[in-house]
Amino acid sequence: MSTLPTPGAAPTPGQTVGPFFHYALPYEGDAELVPAGSAGAIRLHGQVMDGAGVPVPDALVEIWQAAPDGSVVQQAGSLHRDGWTFTGWGRCATDRAGHYSFSTLLPGSTEPGAAPFFAVTVFARGLLDRLLTRAYVPGDALDADPLLASVGPRRDTLIASPDPQGLLFDIHLQGPRETVFLTFPGR
Amino acid sequence: MTVPILSTQADVSLEIAAIADQHDAASPGAQPRLDYTPYRSAILRHPTKDLHHADPETIERWAPCFGPQDVDPLEADLTIQHSGEPIGERITVTGRVVDGDGRPVRRQLVEVWQANAGGRYIHQRDQHPAPIDPNFTGAGRILTGDDGSYTFQTIKPGPYPWKNHRNAWRPAHIHFSLFGTEFTQRMVTQMYFPGDPLFALDPIYQSITDAGARDRLVATYDHNLTVPEWSTGYRWDIVLSGSHRTLMDDEEPDA
Ligand SMILES: [Fe+3]
Repeated sequence: MSTLPTPGAAPTPGQTVGPFFHYALPYEGDAELVPAGSAGAIRLHGQVMDGAGVPVPDALVEIWQAAPDGSVVQQAGSLHRDGWTFTGWGRCATDRAGHYSFSTLLPGSTEPGAAPFFAVTVFARGLLDRLLTRAYVPGDALDADPLLASVGPRRDTLIASPDPQGLLFDIHLQGPRETVFLTFPGR
Repeated sequence: MTVPILSTQADVSLEIAAIADQHDAASPGAQPRLDYTPYRSAILRHPTKDLHHADPETIERWAPCFGPQDVDPLEADLTIQHSGEPIGERITVTGRVVDGDGRPVRRQLVEVWQANAGGRYIHQRDQHPAPIDPNFTGAGRILTGDDGSYTFQTIKPGPYPWKNHRNAWRPAHIHFSLFGTEFTQRMVTQMYFPGDPLFALDPIYQSITDAGARDRLVATYDHNLTVPEWSTGYRWDIVLSGSHRTLMDDEEPDA
């Protein structure tokens, strides 16, 4: 990994997505990176919960992931999906039960032996800036993952669990099961 | 913590002032404080643990791509989405999206949404009894140019009341959603208008405790963008965080 010098220009601050994003950000097919039920499709889903364990009905979850062969996709077409092009990116607003659900493909390892994961962004009313995290695909590769090794007892909050259609990944903004959220150098 | 059921503006202003007094130079406050409880909805929705420092992995050093098939150029004009003219002050908003190293963020998606001139969103959960404008939806999309520039035409949004506390009003703003050249730069923010009298009273704006950082959310009036007999112009540049990837030659700014 090569790292560029620390940025010189002062960054623009973030702000909450607010309560009124639903007519602007969600769009038809946003959560279907591949058509639901198509060959190889899996479901990645879960609930977003607040510190009282109450589902968050006005959150927005985005995923960004490698293709099954581990390649990073650089294909346009996420906003008008043609049903054939896998773009690696999707968006899903939570429903009244705080639930989100993607139809997608399992990400592969981007390097030999690397633990595959979905990069996840969370926005919500009440959340003053976006949160970033990872939803790891369960498997043997997790044991050698440097991030998981560094988070201690909260590591399970970063690992999706298998369920009949694919993977379950709940996001706890606060509380005893608070998800590990990430910050990266440069911000 | 105990919070009054419905605080007054005076209560909230005291809380804002108390947190501003604690503001110390060691933690610059250039991003909003997630635990900023004058914004009541944040109380149960902010992480209580520190964000975990991570090095970006391969996928996090890239961003999704968007292209001409994703965005119709007409989506950059929020005043022509219906059969009639929307009510209000026509404005042009333009600027550049750059990363923390000053590189333009090229051919990338910008999404905007806002209230109408009366401060009303088309959203069904907006209960503000200001009129809906049948000729204004208030959502647009733009793909940045090769220099990272974006431009859109809209109507200046009005301030609006919200139920954070008694007599709470948001300064006029436009919501922006931005992507960079890598996942870590993803951002949603709000652009404000210069000289808004509601700035000091607004817990969302004040959640950024560094005054210089707050100022970076305020657009500049630019008379060169103002079109005679038609519209006024505002300029607002957006700086994302630094990138971690060595960009290809064709991604360098002056290649
Ligand atoms: Fe708003």
